[in-house]
Amino acid sequence: MNEPNRLLLSGDEAIALAARHAGVALGAGYPGTPSTEILEHFSELGGHAQWSPNEKVALEVTIGAAFGGARALCTMKHVGLNVASDPLFTVAYTGVSGALIVVSADDPGMASSQNEQDNRRYAVAAGVPMLEPSDSQEAYDFMFSAIEISERWKIPVLFRVTTRVCHSYTVVRPRAANGAPRPPSFERDIRGRVMIPAYARPAHRRLRQKLAELQEWNETSPLNHIVEGGAALGIITSGISFMHVREAAPEARVLKLGFTHPLSMKKIAQFVKGVARCVVIEEGDPYLVEAIRAAGIPVEGKADMYRFGELDVPRVRRILNNDLTPEPAKPPGKPPQLCDACQYHIVFEALRKHDCIVAGDIGCYTLGVLQPFEAIDSCVCMGASLGVGLGLRHVLPPDQARRVVSVIGDSTFIHSGISGLVEMVYNPPPNGHVLIILDNSTTAMTGHQEHPGTGRTLDHEPTGKVVLEDLARSLGIRRVHVVEPRLGTGEFDRLLADCLESNELAVIIARRPCILIAKQLKQYEEARCECDAATTVSASAP
Amino acid sequence: MTKATNIVVAGLGGQGVLKGTDILADVALRAGYDVKKSEIKGMSQRGGSVTGDVRFGKHVFSPMVPAGEADFLLVLEPTQVEPHRYMLRPTGVLITPDAVPADQLPNKKTLNVALLGALSAHLPMAEAQWLDALRAGFAETFFDGNRKAFLIGRHGQKAQARTKKEEVPDRGQTV
Repeated sequence: MNEPNRLLLSGDEAIALAARHAGVALGAGYPGTPSTEILEHFSELGGHAQWSPNEKVALEVTIGAAFGGARALCTMKHVGLNVASDPLFTVAYTGVSGALIVVSADDPGMASSQNEQDNRRYAVAAGVPMLEPSDSQEAYDFMFSAIEISERWKIPVLFRVTTRVCHSYTVVRPRAANGAPRPPSFERDIRGRVMIPAYARPAHRRLRQKLAELQEWNETSPLNHIVEGGAALGIITSGISFMHVREAAPEARVLKLGFTHPLSMKKIAQFVKGVARCVVIEEGDPYLVEAIRAAGIPVEGKADMYRFGELDVPRVRRILNNDLTPEPAKPPGKPPQLCDACQYHIVFEALRKHDCIVAGDIGCYTLGVLQPFEAIDSCVCMGASLGVGLGLRHVLPPDQARRVVSVIGDSTFIHSGISGLVEMVYNPPPNGHVLIILDNSTTAMTGHQEHPGTGRTLDHEPTGKVVLEDLARSLGIRRVHVVEPRLGTGEFDRLLADCLESNELAVIIARRPCILIAKQLKQYEEARCECDAATTVSASAP
Repeated sequence: MTKATNIVVAGLGGQGVLKGTDILADVALRAGYDVKKSEIKGMSQRGGSVTGDVRFGKHVFSPMVPAGEADFLLVLEPTQVEPHRYMLRPTGVLITPDAVPADQLPNKKTLNVALLGALSAHLPMAEAQWLDALRAGFAETFFDGNRKAFLIGRHGQKAQARTKKEEVPDRGQTV
């Protein structure tokens, strides 16, 4: 009964496996729940995967790879696509020579995110085709389809998944690897890729033509299918919602959409005609229902209360029953907290003691907002601590302004804090500013990924290292301090007090490796020492 | 369509909740079932509540166990019983650390495996399939300890009530 080729894979692992089987030459991204495991798994399978400093750079690197004729994969969480949206909108115009698949891992319900934006809107806004798998088998199969579409229409494809697709394990039967990709080679196409207005205007027309062709192709695409059922109830759905629908309404006829931009409107209209009642079941924004209604097709949507959070089987039953009564609240579990031995305890205690106004950022240390510290006053997006802190300093009365501090982690600083630091040097507030970089030598919150400040690549091999204090000094900041927060010394506390009183620009780097990976860090360092020693010997050999 | 078996495993970060669901899903896969496993990672890594859902049967659709439909609720930490009780169906089985004699376990870390042993007594998979999954799921050096813990959970204290049949007469009270 058990076939040897049945694998139990998460959606992330299935995407990685398909990328490997399809000959993807380069994967790049920035860690972010629930997308992180895609590149980690791709690397474990022998693929060329790398972390970029942020999602924008990752997308640009993969655009370059796809301009060179390669198959390229770019991964990020939903908010990462905000950062990468600038290149996305224009690579839609230029198109690609190889294949470019952009994975957006959305987080409805915010299991680990600061918002629950619905990135299906990006497919419409940027004008790129979008595929939405509903389990790991489809995540695997749709990757091949995405690559075929990208290569055939020379267009980037948005591959939209959600937390429950990324992190659910379902059975996958891999297929035999298909034809090898052609070897990368540069072909000049100045009018196609240099988006000055004169070349961009025709490029926009080409994009709309491609989308019109894709819409026609989608009408008969195998990526959408109908599950037969009674004509009393029809349901149009996509992604993970399809699975909840099949369980909540096994009697219904279901149009399951896998290719969700541009939509197959003729197929949808025909389906709606064949059923007495048609309900659109989708998580998050009313994306499908609005598009279908705009096409003049009458369908029911969900009540606004179901726009919040993720869907599940009971919620789908409620939507189908038009149940608007309040939903049962889930009993609160135990919230996460800073690890007991975390060095950031000392930092947050000092911030509390000095009654600081703290512009915070995204990472483990955001947990400093909870009891017992409650020592963070804002958290907006990656890198925002710098700009928000500076803005507060500029407008607050001096007695308050002098207490404003920006707090950011090492990986987040590399991601998008550096430009904030440039802003600090360029537009310094009258009473200076204090930036604290919490440097634990890893991207801890997402599961300890490397970044340019660790000097190690995605697979922990030594590489070039960005030294944070050197970078800050090179920008002309005179007060740059590196300190190891330790219990009982009071050193961090004194340093913070000095910097707050100085009325100058100050950067305090609180450096101590995350306790959860102390052992691994030691192994990496030892490996590097052995490697260095070996290099020295061979270099000095005659 | 035969109904799927629904299992929810709950505990705190670091207790091996997700490792437990890994083993459970693997043994169901080995036994030839369709199986789905769902978990929420991210903030849970910092000592917060962690739950994992495993569903297996002839065909499984949603990866998430619907509230009030869990056949088994396996809880690794006593404080996590009440927050997750609403997941159990009225006739569902609650398995808590009381189900295994803590003093007989090879070490504290094997509690998750011992509780899987207690759960296994209710499930159709063969003992050999469980042991295969345990061997595959951990480094070889841990196998003997895990095997011992699993068998204590599965066979130990047969005379005593190892699990409590929980009656949840009014599910509304648990919301």
